[in-house]
Amino acid sequence: MFAYFIRRILASIPVMLVVALFVFLLLRLSPGDPAAIIAGDMASPTQLANIRAALGLDQPLHIQFFVWLGELVRGNFGTSLISQTPVLTMIGQRLEPTGSLAVVAMLFTVIIAIPLGVIAAWCHGRFLDKLVMSASVVGFSVPVFVIGYLLIQLFALELGWLPVQGFRSLSEGIAPFASRIVLPALTLSSIYIALIARMTRASMLEVLDEDYIRTARAKGLPERAVLFRHALRNAAVPILTVIGTGFALMISGVVVTESVFNIPGLGRLIVDAVLARDYPVIQALILLTAGLYVIINLLIDLSYAITDPRIRY
Amino acid sequence: MHASHSHLTLAPEGRGVSRLLSRLSQTRPRGVTLAAGVVLTLIISVALFAPWLANHDPLALSPADRLKPMGSEFWLGTDPYGRDLYSRIVYGARVSLTVGLGVAVTSVAIGLPLGLLAGYFRTLDAVLMRIMDGLMAIPGILLAIAIVSLTSASLWTVMIAIMVPEIPQVVRLVRSRVLATREEAFVEAAILMGTSTPRLLWRHLMPSTLAPLIVQGTYICASAILTEAILSFLGAGIGTETPSWGNIMSEGRVYFQLKPSLIFWAGLLLSACILSINLLGDSARDALDPKMKRRMS
Repeated sequence: MFAYFIRRILASIPVMLVVALFVFLLLRLSPGDPAAIIAGDMASPTQLANIRAALGLDQPLHIQFFVWLGELVRGNFGTSLISQTPVLTMIGQRLEPTGSLAVVAMLFTVIIAIPLGVIAAWCHGRFLDKLVMSASVVGFSVPVFVIGYLLIQLFALELGWLPVQGFRSLSEGIAPFASRIVLPALTLSSIYIALIARMTRASMLEVLDEDYIRTARAKGLPERAVLFRHALRNAAVPILTVIGTGFALMISGVVVTESVFNIPGLGRLIVDAVLARDYPVIQALILLTAGLYVIINLLIDLSYAITDPRIRY
Repeated sequence: MHASHSHLTLAPEGRGVSRLLSRLSQTRPRGVTLAAGVVLTLIISVALFAPWLANHDPLALSPADRLKPMGSEFWLGTDPYGRDLYSRIVYGARVSLTVGLGVAVTSVAIGLPLGLLAGYFRTLDAVLMRIMDGLMAIPGILLAIAIVSLTSASLWTVMIAIMVPEIPQVVRLVRSRVLATREEAFVEAAILMGTSTPRLLWRHLMPSTLAPLIVQGTYICASAILTEAILSFLGAGIGTETPSWGNIMSEGRVYFQLKPSLIFWAGLLLSACILSINLLGDSARDALDPKMKRRMS
C-alpha cells in the first residue's frame, strides 16, 4: 500500500506540470501585451521595451517558462499588474467570503441531500422517491444564477425576510453574517443537493439489497438505525467521490453565485482579473484551483485504499 | 489520474454536471421523454423561424421605449435600451442552440480520433492521457472565461472555449471503449487477417464507441448551452449586442429589482431547454445501454 501511495502521489506531478504549461501558453500566446497594459496608451517604444525587460518578456518562451516555474515552486505567484499587490495577498483577502460561502453551502448539502437520498431509496419506486428524483433533475438543469434570482425575488423582494445582496464577515456578528449568507449558500448548494441526493439514493439502493441489512432488520433494529447506521455507512464511498469530483462544479458555482449576490470573494476576483487582463492573478487562481482539484482527487483515491480493503493495487 | 479507480463501482469520471448524472439515473416514464421532445422541438422551431416570429428588430435601440411593461406593442416589454425583449429572446434561441450543437459535434469530432489512437497505441496513450488529465484538472468554467477574454468575444472563440474542456471527457470515453473492445475475439481475428491499422480502428473499434458517444454528445450539448449562458452572464461571453439568453440576463441584472421579467423569461427558456436535452439524453442512454438502466433503477 505504501508503494501505491508514493506512486499515486508522484503521478500527480506530471498533471500539475501540464496544467502549468497550459496556463503559461494560454496567457503568453494570447493577443494583448501585458507591457502595453501597464504602460498605458501614451508610452513610447523605449518605455515599452524597458517594461518588457523588467517583466522578462523579452526572453525566449521556454526560458520564460522555466523562470516562471521556478518562481512558482518557491511560492512566488507574482504581483497584480493593476493594483501592484502580491497575488497571494489578494487571494488571502478574498478567502474569507468564498470560504464561508463554500462551508455553509456544504453544510446545507449534507443536511438536505443525504436524508433526501436515504428517504428516496427507502421509498424506492413510490411517490416520495419520484418526487425527490424529479426535483433533483430540475435542480440540475436550472442554471445557478436563475436559482439565485428566484431566491432573491422570493425571500428578499416579495417576503422581505433577507437582504438582497452583500456579504458581512462573521466577525461583525452572527445575525448580519447569517442573513446574508443563507441565500447565496442555498443557491450554490442547489446543484450539489440534486447531485448528492441522487448519488446517495443510487448508492443506498445497491446496499439495501445486501444480506446484512436483512440481518439487521431481522434482529429487530429500528428502521432508522438500519438505514443510517448500517446502510448509509456502507454506501458512503461513492458519495465521497461525488463530493470530490463535484469540486469543479463548486468552482463554477462560486464564480456565478458571487456575481449574483455581490460577494467580494475569489470568484469575483477571477472575473475582475479576466476582464482587466490581469495575467498574474488569472494564472495564480487557475493554478491554485487546479492544484486543489488534483489534491482532492488524490486524497479520495488514497482514502479508497484505506477504507476499502477489497481494493488492492 | 482517474484511470486508477475507474473500475470502482459508481465513481463518475466526468467533471460536468450531466456526466455525473449519466451514471446515476433511473427509469423514466415515457411521457416525460415525450414532453421533453415536444419542448425541444418547440425551441428548435423558434430558433429556425426567428425572423418570422419576432415582431421587432432585436438590435434596434429605442431610448424612448426603455423598460416598457408587457403590452400589445412589446409582448414581454422592453429592456434597459428600449429593445423588444420578446424578439431578443426569440433570437437568443439561435445562439444557444448553435453553441450547443456546434460544441457537441466538434468536441466529438476531435475527441473521437484522439480517443481511438490513445486506446490503440500504448506510447501515445501515456502522453495524451497526461495532457488530458492536466486539462481536466483546470475547472472548465475558469478555462473558458480565460480563453474568451484573452482572445476576442466572438461566437467562434466562445465555442472553442467551451469545447476545450469538453474534449478530454470524449477522449476518455472513447479510449475506455477501445480498450474494452480490442480484447474481443473479432478484433483479434481482424488483426490476424492482416487488417490495416486505420481500417481496424475505423471499421472494427469505432462502431462500439458510437452508442455512448451519442449519449455523451447530448449531455455536452446541454452543458455547452449552460456554459455559454454563464459566460455571457459574467460578461465574458459573446459580444453584448448579440441577443443571447445569457446576455439578456446579464443586461437585466442591474434592473432586476425594478423589473424581474428581464431575467426570468430568458432564464425559464434556458432552464427548459437544458432540462429537455438532459432528459432526452437520459432516455437515449436507457435505450442504448440497457445494462446501465438495470443497474441503476
